Amino acid sequence: MKNGTEAIILAAATFLAFLAAAGASDDLFKAHAWVLFFILAATTVVLFRRVEFAPAGETFPPKDTSGYMDDVIRYGAIATMLWGIVGFLVGVVIAAQLAWPWLNIEPWFNFGRLRPVHTSGVIFAFGGNALICTSLYVVQRTCRARLFGGNLAWFVFWGYQLFIVMAATGYLLGSTQSREYAEPEWYVDLWLTIVWVAYLIVFVGTIVKRKEPHIYVANWFYLSFIITVAMLHLVNNAAVPVSLTSGKSYSAFAGVQDALTQWWYGHNAVGFFLTAGFLGMMYYFVPKQANRPVFSYRLSIIHFWALIFLYIWAGPHHLHYTALPDWAQTLGMVFSIMLWMPSWGGMINGLMTLQGAWDKLRTDPVLRMFVISLAFYGMSTFEGPMMSIKSINSLSHYTDWTIGHVHSGALGWNGMVTFGALYYLVPKLWNRERLYSLRLVNWHLWLAAIGIVIYAAVMWVAGITQGLMWREYDDQGFLVNSFIETVSAIHPEYVMRMIGGLIYLSGALVMGYNIWRTIRGDLREEVPMGSVASVTRIVPAE
Amino acid sequence: MAFLDQHKKLERNVSLLFVFSLIAVLIGGIIEIVPLFYVKNTIEKVEGMRPYTPLELAGRNIYVREGCYLCHSQMIRPFRDEVERYGHYSLAAESMYDHPFQWGSKRTGPDLARVGGRYSDEWHVQHLAHPQSVVPESIMPSYSFLKNAVVDTKHFADHLKANRAVGVPYSDAMIENASADINAQANPDVDAGGLEERYAKISVRDFDGNPEQVTEMDALVAYLQMLGTLVDLEAYKQNENLR
Repeated sequence: MKNGTEAIILAAATFLAFLAAAGASDDLFKAHAWVLFFILAATTVVLFRRVEFAPAGETFPPKDTSGYMDDVIRYGAIATMLWGIVGFLVGVVIAAQLAWPWLNIEPWFNFGRLRPVHTSGVIFAFGGNALICTSLYVVQRTCRARLFGGNLAWFVFWGYQLFIVMAATGYLLGSTQSREYAEPEWYVDLWLTIVWVAYLIVFVGTIVKRKEPHIYVANWFYLSFIITVAMLHLVNNAAVPVSLTSGKSYSAFAGVQDALTQWWYGHNAVGFFLTAGFLGMMYYFVPKQANRPVFSYRLSIIHFWALIFLYIWAGPHHLHYTALPDWAQTLGMVFSIMLWMPSWGGMINGLMTLQGAWDKLRTDPVLRMFVISLAFYGMSTFEGPMMSIKSINSLSHYTDWTIGHVHSGALGWNGMVTFGALYYLVPKLWNRERLYSLRLVNWHLWLAAIGIVIYAAVMWVAGITQGLMWREYDDQGFLVNSFIETVSAIHPEYVMRMIGGLIYLSGALVMGYNIWRTIRGDLREEVPMGSVASVTRIVPAE
Repeated sequence: MAFLDQHKKLERNVSLLFVFSLIAVLIGGIIEIVPLFYVKNTIEKVEGMRPYTPLELAGRNIYVREGCYLCHSQMIRPFRDEVERYGHYSLAAESMYDHPFQWGSKRTGPDLARVGGRYSDEWHVQHLAHPQSVVPESIMPSYSFLKNAVVDTKHFADHLKANRAVGVPYSDAMIENASADINAQANPDVDAGGLEERYAKISVRDFDGNPEQVTEMDALVAYLQMLGTLVDLEAYKQNENLR
């Protein structure tokens, strides 16, 4: 019997969700349990329709497990692309809400509820799927081993999608712990813990059964990312639920301790989810696409250990001049500045891998994507340490400068490296000769780059304008601006920011079209990149 | 280099790589976070701090639910302009009962750490329901639905119990009366039944102008109106240098 056990387990889970909905002691938890019930019920129906029985007296031939397990990675690639588009779209919507508040639709689609949908959508749905999908691809190739655990990888994939949907629907309903980038409530957190442990088992299990004696550098980064995120998730989400039938919980920590725990988490969500994990991606796909070995083995060792050791300390720079003790703020600042070096170590190792292959940039827009991504990585890991200096932070903190900084990292570095990886993966995973169109990749590249530059530039202007206006005094010694004047002053920037986001989103839609056509097996007839569109033949005069 | 030769062992042994990575990422957090539970200036008590009343806690939960912290900080930094704009800089002790903290990270709107008592209840109700009607340039979303949402008091004792489990000193009497205290604080006509003895510096009044029921608007305004009002900062300032 195929899919039988799975369908029965899902049916049982559906029943449990029904019980939770029936027994819920608050309306919010009840509504969320109903959401879960309908999702699980729908998947149960799908799975039951897929149950197959072998003819009497026979058994199914054993599944071919000789090659790499790529089905789950194909799903992952599509999920990454789709969640990316959703995440960017919600970003454009909330950017528009900040420019035109009448776009808020209370209560479900107010800014306060949509914003976590955007941040989690981009970080965890888009970024997380990119990390899971590429890590499982890379670990098989670099270990020359099939994924460990059989269908466990499928559990990781679908379990993670369920986490995303539960988190997002929870935000819209109002279920949140108010911890930035760790908003889901206790029951969703517990589910993520289970999925994450399964992910760790699949990943480490594959390394254990490797046929290659050496563990490739990309896997060091992926491994440290999986371990650290597990640690951060468990500590930062420590909380006591009101009751087992209530969706609400209260954090185990309070005030100062809670603030530092949260930003220890928050900064390392950036450091490990969005940096270490994506560096793992970079260490595989950049050398592959450039067809060159990694520039320096020694540099990769030094910057790996320095990066993971130093990153953890940087959290307090989110709490400069708050009630957090000065020594902790100063530690956070000093380590943030030191972090500049290992960060650039990664950028240099990536960029210099192109040594001897720079000419490929003329003809390969996918490689261009990787190079731009590394350039943005370098820029935002310079800007970050700079903003962690207390005197600069006193101006930049609480303003849109921070928002701009985050986006130059997320859109520029994480977005671009993921797009590059997808363009590399899709033709390989679906056995296509090449992408549908390289020219469309180039369009995507430039749309994305222009979108980011507009976004980051106007956020610098907005942030610095507002920061300066807040502290502006007249010659009588009075504050010049009321708060609301500092809001009106940056309206044009808010409009421009939305336009920048829209351009970036349009690039992602171009990618969606290109990848869809590639999967269908279409090839666009086009003039190869790097050559002139039409060469007029010179006809000698008669 | 000998050091790099040693590293080859890690590159060939996933257990070692696992353990060394874990050690590398444990150190920073332990050194920075653990002392905060012991050093004096993060655990000192300041006169006036008390746990939230059940109505204020319900309001705080609405503040969390609606994501107010995404645009409003509750942490005044010790700068001249901030102190003049928002009041005395925030003390660590002022968020000692905040599970979780609401310091925020962005000021799309102004800081709210000391907003309590600055505006009338009517202003808050009007502003929350239709922000642009009192501040035309405001970009805040409207929250008029709070006026019609009734506070769910049935299981509120459980909320206080969960808070006590994480260290907030709610007494047995506070827990026992949790649901009744919500009604009593939002309705001056109801017999308070010792509410004001249980919680010092408490405002008992109908916050949303609708005496018929205790709405989420009542709860949220009650919370906003007590923010930053518990500590007597004049007294604190006089003792500040005596430590």
